[in-house]
Amino acid sequence: MTLSVSDVKRIADLAYIEIDEDQAKETLNQLSGIFNLIETMQAVDTSTVEPMSHAQSVAQRLRDDEVTETDQRELYQSIAPQVEAGLYLVPQVIE
Amino acid sequence: MFNASLKQLSLQLAEKKISSTELTTEFLNRIKALNPEYNAFITVNEEISLAQAQAADKILASGQAGQLTGIPIAQKDIFCTKGWLTTCGSKMLSNFVSPYDAGVIERFNQAGAVNIGKTNMDEFAMGSSNETSFYGLVKNPWDVTAVPGGSSGGAACAVAARLAPAATGTDTGGSIRQPAALCGISGIKPTYGLVSRYGMIAFASSLDQGGPMAKSAEDLALLLNVMVGFDPRDSTSLQRDTEDYARDLQKPLTGLRIGLPKEYFAKGMSKDVESAIEKALDEYRKLGAETVEGSRPNAPLAIPVYYVLAPAEASSNLSRFDGVRYGHRAKSYSDLADMYRKSRAEGFGAEVKRRILIGTYVLSHGYYDAYYIKAQKLRRLIAQDFAEAYKQCDIIMGPTTPTVAFNLGEKKAVIQSRCIYRTFIPARLI
Repeated sequence: MTLSVSDVKRIADLAYIEIDEDQAKETLNQLSGIFNLIETMQAVDTSTVEPMSHAQSVAQRLRDDEVTETDQRELYQSIAPQVEAGLYLVPQVIE
Repeated sequence: MFNASLKQLSLQLAEKKISSTELTTEFLNRIKALNPEYNAFITVNEEISLAQAQAADKILASGQAGQLTGIPIAQKDIFCTKGWLTTCGSKMLSNFVSPYDAGVIERFNQAGAVNIGKTNMDEFAMGSSNETSFYGLVKNPWDVTAVPGGSSGGAACAVAARLAPAATGTDTGGSIRQPAALCGISGIKPTYGLVSRYGMIAFASSLDQGGPMAKSAEDLALLLNVMVGFDPRDSTSLQRDTEDYARDLQKPLTGLRIGLPKEYFAKGMSKDVESAIEKALDEYRKLGAETVEGSRPNAPLAIPVYYVLAPAEASSNLSRFDGVRYGHRAKSYSDLADMYRKSRAEGFGAEVKRRILIGTYVLSHGYYDAYYIKAQKLRRLIAQDFAEAYKQCDIIMGPTTPTVAFNLGEKKAVIQSRCIYRTFIPARLI
């Protein structure tokens, strides 16, 4: 598979990571090597195989719909980059 | 004392030959003297450790002590620990003082163990040489020009250098077993779901598993007895009856069938590793075990499968680090999206970014089936290999790594890693 610098920039955009031209070129080389490795998977016929997501066969556990968390807003906000009046501050999104 | 087993330490504490405060002070002093060279710890907090030791001494005096009460344990900096800086080896979390305890930390606290410090690690557990930490590389105490392995390199170094009697690690693609091997200690990756992942900073959720690192199998068993247990806050936690992991330590090996898959002994293994394995096998045969040659044909697939599953899950997990509620936020930015982009570009190191980009790509529109689902299907084939193999044998043995510890700065990313990962990735996927 061939990737281009613009592919790398698009991926970085999707991942919300700022990347400059030089970094994109360097990343392209590294990714290409790894994707060549990944491509070896395609040679195996898996048409009759079910995907496996958990190492044990267990069903998703459910719990009663009740409040379990206590209010710890002040504690959690004490480590936030920017808060005001109990709210997390971010740059304005809506005009 | 630094070489004492957990059982011996426990006995000395019970017999009042030493107090937890004295024991903790001894190890803190040793860390102070040796850590500047090894860099095994990111955070040491004498005040908290000694307060825990004093509390443990009270429990010991009251006769309510368990086997780990009063014993210092080094905690990998991936476990959220209330009141402690918890960095996961990253600039992203360099200001993160955890507001809560991970399930594993809670269990050690309940057992009365002392947290002796938070160990260094590859950033977000991504690495196998402990060279990607924001807090600098860790050295192998047997040869300070060599790597300790990773990602639990600080933990392995701390135990090997006797800076702590035992430590915790986490294993996603070998991060307990490989550093344990390269530092000459013992480590075990427990069955997925046994050890709570609650508060254990996620890398690849379907693979991540915490486990103990120590000087012997006996010590590992005692640590497992504390670490293993159902946790309703971890949706993949297994509900099983409590078992004593130390119960079979004295069991003879007579009749034990050791499986030797030929794929684990392929070319690339160094002579010294090969002869060490042969000597161990001879010893086991003398003790009554039998060896069974076998094959695990899908073993080589484990590497590409891992290179899809782990980055895919990592890219999803690490999307939470956006500079809004905690962690690093860039100083200047133009708008919200720019704040995300700059905070993440500054907060993550090169290896972490690379894996996020791979993961983002394999999960992106049009590639999800071709890569992620394909890899999950191959994962099942690998698991079936193991199920098949266990019809002929009770355990499978192989070299954890094909070579001894390589030198710092010499990791030739993909090629060498592929060789390094050969044995332990397959076990990781089942």
